[in-house]
Amino acid sequence: MPGKSAARPGGVRLLVYRLLLLIGLFAVWQALTEWGVLPRFFFGSPLVVLEKGARWFSSGKIYKHLAITLLETVLAFGGGTLLGLAVGLWLALTPTASSLLDPYIKGANAMPRVILAPIFAVWFGLGILSKVALGITLVFFIVFFNVYQGVKEVSPVVLANARMLGATRRDLLRHIYLPSATSWVFSSLHTSVGMAFVGAVVGEYLGSAAGVGYLILQAEGAFDINTVFAGILVLTAFALLLDWLVSASERYLLRWRPTSEAVREL
Amino acid sequence: MSKAIVARPMVLTEPAALALEAITCAFPPAARGDEPYIAVRDASLRVGKGEFLSLVGPTGCGKSTLLNVAAGLIAPSSGAVLVAGSPLAGLNKDAGYLFQADALMPWRSALDNVAAGLQFRGIKHQERMRRAQQWLERVGLLGFENRYPHQLSGGMRKRVALAQTLILDPKIILMDEPFSALDAQTRELMENELLDLWSSDRKSVLFITHDLEEAISLSDRVMVLSAGPATRPIGEFHIDLARPRDVSEVRMTKRFLELHKKIWELLKAEVLKSHARQKRG
Repeated sequence: MPGKSAARPGGVRLLVYRLLLLIGLFAVWQALTEWGVLPRFFFGSPLVVLEKGARWFSSGKIYKHLAITLLETVLAFGGGTLLGLAVGLWLALTPTASSLLDPYIKGANAMPRVILAPIFAVWFGLGILSKVALGITLVFFIVFFNVYQGVKEVSPVVLANARMLGATRRDLLRHIYLPSATSWVFSSLHTSVGMAFVGAVVGEYLGSAAGVGYLILQAEGAFDINTVFAGILVLTAFALLLDWLVSASERYLLRWRPTSEAVREL
Repeated sequence: MSKAIVARPMVLTEPAALALEAITCAFPPAARGDEPYIAVRDASLRVGKGEFLSLVGPTGCGKSTLLNVAAGLIAPSSGAVLVAGSPLAGLNKDAGYLFQADALMPWRSALDNVAAGLQFRGIKHQERMRRAQQWLERVGLLGFENRYPHQLSGGMRKRVALAQTLILDPKIILMDEPFSALDAQTRELMENELLDLWSSDRKSVLFITHDLEEAISLSDRVMVLSAGPATRPIGEFHIDLARPRDVSEVRMTKRFLELHKKIWELLKAEVLKSHARQKRG
């Protein structure tokens, strides 16, 4: 172990440490269930879990379910973002509507929206639509509040300058408010993509015919705890992948924003 | 003040590029029961065609309010703004405005920022990019087209802002302490560049500053504003220094020092008043 004052391990060494930690955790898990400290029935066995996961991929069974969960996530994210952007811009630019709707928005945001899943299942059936609807209600509020804030925090000088340069109301919306608001949306991208994913999986878990959440639900019904864990592992890996994709797109989309290094460079 | 106008008969024969007549600006009180805040009271001034007029006054004296009225960003409580003789309604479309604070769009590159005004006017992409490129070159920023504002120094950002305003070829340029955030050297450089650009096509300029030296070295005429609240012009001086000028050299001349002394006598009292008020407030 590095000493207190030693620099943090970097690059390849860090990766190795992280992998060792992961293997260590699995080893402890394996040992505890092997020796009977933890009952196998409830805690499964990592080796079996990994084997189940591997079989999903080798047989190709998982791809259809992953594709559905991904589709739900993307649709929920896209729909929630567009809706949040539109409503956020509208309310931020029309004070009357925003003061009228303020308590309702606060109320809808405070409500635990997962509880809407059964209602959506009744309205939209057990297909992907009900999951997308749930995801949208989760994503919408994150995007909405960010857009609202983004519009409110547009610099009055930038705004006055654009007006002096001849910007019409439409120009202001397109070239000032929208870019400013989208920058706030992008900075909440991690949260909203995560929420879209949660919406999809929870929706599937509460009632569905396909998706990774459905696989977990099935396995749980059969007390197949190893498959449940395999499902959780797949979901986690998938979530990490999504998060990485978000980070990459964020770096590209927010390249105009000063980073701490760029400031130091000057 | 009328004395000065008589001394320049040209101003009488053709309408001033910009005239503020008896402008009063009152802002609603901060707290209930307070009096409304009168930023500007009964202020009149004219900027002749091709004239460089500076307004100097103590900080916080309502200079910016006056400029915003001239730009049409604020409607005065009473009084009239005349642009080339006709009363102003809404924004002043003849005017370009150089702000004190950073006003560039941070999400646009330098080139796109310069091209913004042309874009709002519906000029085609290729054409506006060509012209923006020319203007970036004129303000000495060749090679910085794709930098974002945060990647430029304060002086460079001011140049981009200058190009952004001048590309629209405004008849009147309004400037609100545009160089006050820059260091002394950059500032002199920018002042000289401004004079160069201005002398090539002599636009009317209304320049606001609290720096008397800057005002004298740039202007044809300097007006002194009283300490706020209820600011109004209390004196004006013709700056008969030869052009073209170099702002650092002109400051060494005898005439400059005479003018400086004369104007400072008037300005000093207002600065002291403003200080006293700030201490009490």
